[in-house]
Amino acid sequence: MEDEQSFSDICGGRLALQRRYYSPSCREFCLSCPRLSLRSLTAVTCTVWLAAYGLFTLCENSMILSAAIFITLLGLLGYLHFVKIDQETLLIIDSLGIQMTSSYASGKESTTFIEMGKVKDVVINEAIYMKVIYYLCILLKDPVEPHGISQVVPVFQSTKPRLDCLIEVYRSCQEILAHQKAASASP
Amino acid sequence: MGLGSRGAAAAGLGAASAAVRPGPPDAVRHPVPTPPPKGAARASSRPHGMVVKAFFPTCCASADSGLLVGRWVPEQSSAVVLAVVHFPFIPIQVKELLAQVHQAGRVGLAVLGTWCHRRQEAEERLGPFLEGLGAIFSHEPWLQLCRERTSGLWSCKATRQQGPTRPGVKDQVMLVFYDQRQVLLSQLHPPAALPDRQAGDATASAEGLAAVFDTVARSEALFRSDCFDEGPVRLSHWQSEGVEASILAELAKRASGPVCLLLACLLSLISAARTCRVFKLRPLSFIWSKLSVCGQLGHRLEQLALVFSTQKAESPAQLMRKANVLVSVLLDVALGLALLSWLHGKDRIGQLAEALVPVADHVAEALQHLLQWLMGAPAGLKMNRALDQVLGRFFLYHLHLWISYVHLLSPFIEHILWHVGLSACLGLTVALSTLSDIIALLTFHIYCFYVYGARLYCLKICGLSSLWRLFRGKKWNVLRQRVDSCSYDLDQLFIGTLLFTVLLFLLPTTALYYLVFTLLRLLVVAVQGLIHLLVDLVNSLPLYSLGLRLCRPYRLAAGVKFRVLEHEAGRPLRLLMQINPLPYGRVVHAYRLPSCGCHPTHSWGSLCRKLFFGELIYPWRQRGDKQD
Repeated sequence: MEDEQSFSDICGGRLALQRRYYSPSCREFCLSCPRLSLRSLTAVTCTVWLAAYGLFTLCENSMILSAAIFITLLGLLGYLHFVKIDQETLLIIDSLGIQMTSSYASGKESTTFIEMGKVKDVVINEAIYMKVIYYLCILLKDPVEPHGISQVVPVFQSTKPRLDCLIEVYRSCQEILAHQKAASASP
Repeated sequence: MGLGSRGAAAAGLGAASAAVRPGPPDAVRHPVPTPPPKGAARASSRPHGMVVKAFFPTCCASADSGLLVGRWVPEQSSAVVLAVVHFPFIPIQVKELLAQVHQAGRVGLAVLGTWCHRRQEAEERLGPFLEGLGAIFSHEPWLQLCRERTSGLWSCKATRQQGPTRPGVKDQVMLVFYDQRQVLLSQLHPPAALPDRQAGDATASAEGLAAVFDTVARSEALFRSDCFDEGPVRLSHWQSEGVEASILAELAKRASGPVCLLLACLLSLISAARTCRVFKLRPLSFIWSKLSVCGQLGHRLEQLALVFSTQKAESPAQLMRKANVLVSVLLDVALGLALLSWLHGKDRIGQLAEALVPVADHVAEALQHLLQWLMGAPAGLKMNRALDQVLGRFFLYHLHLWISYVHLLSPFIEHILWHVGLSACLGLTVALSTLSDIIALLTFHIYCFYVYGARLYCLKICGLSSLWRLFRGKKWNVLRQRVDSCSYDLDQLFIGTLLFTVLLFLLPTTALYYLVFTLLRLLVVAVQGLIHLLVDLVNSLPLYSLGLRLCRPYRLAAGVKFRVLEHEAGRPLRLLMQINPLPYGRVVHAYRLPSCGCHPTHSWGSLCRKLFFGELIYPWRQRGDKQD
């Protein structure tokens, strides 16, 4: 079962939330950011090249122009491969764990999987930045102290959706975690 | 095994968990009332059983029907399937095989259930036969996996005879496919190793998904036979098409024994010769400890002794370390030979030797200009003329002596360089260390100037601080390690104040000389430091691990990742488990080799303090050096 809704992130940009319900115990949430806009790319490239041309007219050294092209290419590749995140996915599987995937614009995917045995709870936290923002995070159990929390893992760090989107995801996650707690409570 | 007592229950339930029919699992008719079928979305009200996770190897998805053999992990209610046993088999032989593997790997295997790979309706007769097997090999829960050849649709069932849920209740099954070869060969790197985790002789008791990796790794004995072996039991696993082996690897293994023995003897001879000679002659051992080449050579010798030791590596980490050291040494020697061929081609050594003496002259001339400048009015500051002249003339004479010695040595420089250049065949790191030592020797006069200036300055500062205390009527109590008041006589005060004034007014001159020579010394130290950094980099970079991460990323695993495969309503959930490789930063951090140990022992704060008070700084403190 799949459905798509559009939300907005904390800066006002458009986000698309895709929900897939594979089974009552397995759900996936996929948040997509707006892609790299041609306008900003052209603007940055033109600025860099104009600056290089300005330097060239000052120094009369053609190496500056080649260096500018090189830098632009490398910078673009580096940005696409290391910085620009296209999609963030949260896959929650009852009795296995929670998996977070970030897909970059160049196709690279970076995945983190947290086993269900380590997950204490999924909560929405408040953070006070320039304004109050909300973020969804996973609380991990402390192996030493039974009621303590060893780590807080924030989810959707790059897409930064607003509270309405987070509430949807939170509700679904809590349904599955309730299953899990009921299953682990019974012997 | 209680066959008799179970017979009645089996017969009663034989009809209940009956025909493995094509189609959704909820279309089974039976006399025992069961909970509502799985397809319904009434999640909260349905009294479901536990979710059973079945880890199924991808290589067995196309195997013929048979028995599922593997390990049941009750804490996570997961069944790790390792192989499929095909018909015909004798149950006793299957049990013997499992007992053998249990002994070899200390992992408790069992028959977990049945596997049925069939065409549409053709093999109906297999159904009751498979049910009967549940009576022979009893296991709780009993898995029944089934796949249709043409449509590729899966269906799974897990039934329990006993337990808290009612008998006959079917548990939900989640299929997790895994690549057996990758999981067997990979090594998990948990993010933080708990200190109280016991490893080694414990039976497979790893937590979470590490249990799957552990099980597969310990069951290696099960995968030794392939379909060409004439064993009593026919298995299907990742090696059943043919055991993986390589002629080169086998030859290397056979040859490595005697080669290691030979090299280990050779290396022990060399280290014995090294230790007996050094402790005999006192001045030689002093020079030995000061030269960084000797430190580097000793370090390499230790590493080679580790690699060629005749003991087998106890843990995978040790094996990786040996491999890293070997690759690092080989690369070092290759780079060194490249450097050697570059140096000896086109008479570059001659050119270098010819350029060396003029460069030394040039440096000396620059120093002379500097001293002349200091003896005048440097940067407009007014120096004390007499002290200035004394210090300046002293340093100039020292410089003159040094230049004479360098000129004396100049005819032999080419030969020395040629022989020293041969050391590059031992490795690039040795060549770089030699370069660093040559720089140290050539700038020895700068070092001497720094020491003179620092000692003078230190003496002055000590004198000033002590006389300043006298001026205020206090003194330093050595017993109590604190400043105490003291009553001085008038003549003591008079002379003390006089000396204090003299020292104070002479301070700028000394301080300026000290500053200039310290800066020069720091410059030389910085250059040497860069070279040492490069040597450290070549020494400690784990190249084999990085290469492994690049070419075989599944070998170094940070964890796992899951992908949901195509899902139809009513069918069990299927996931693909893949290895999540370790990021490069963590590879370097986990496997970096220990370096020479010549790290600066000061923090920035203590360095500044020492510089201010004129204490001598020794940037390279080797382990076990005596303090000056």
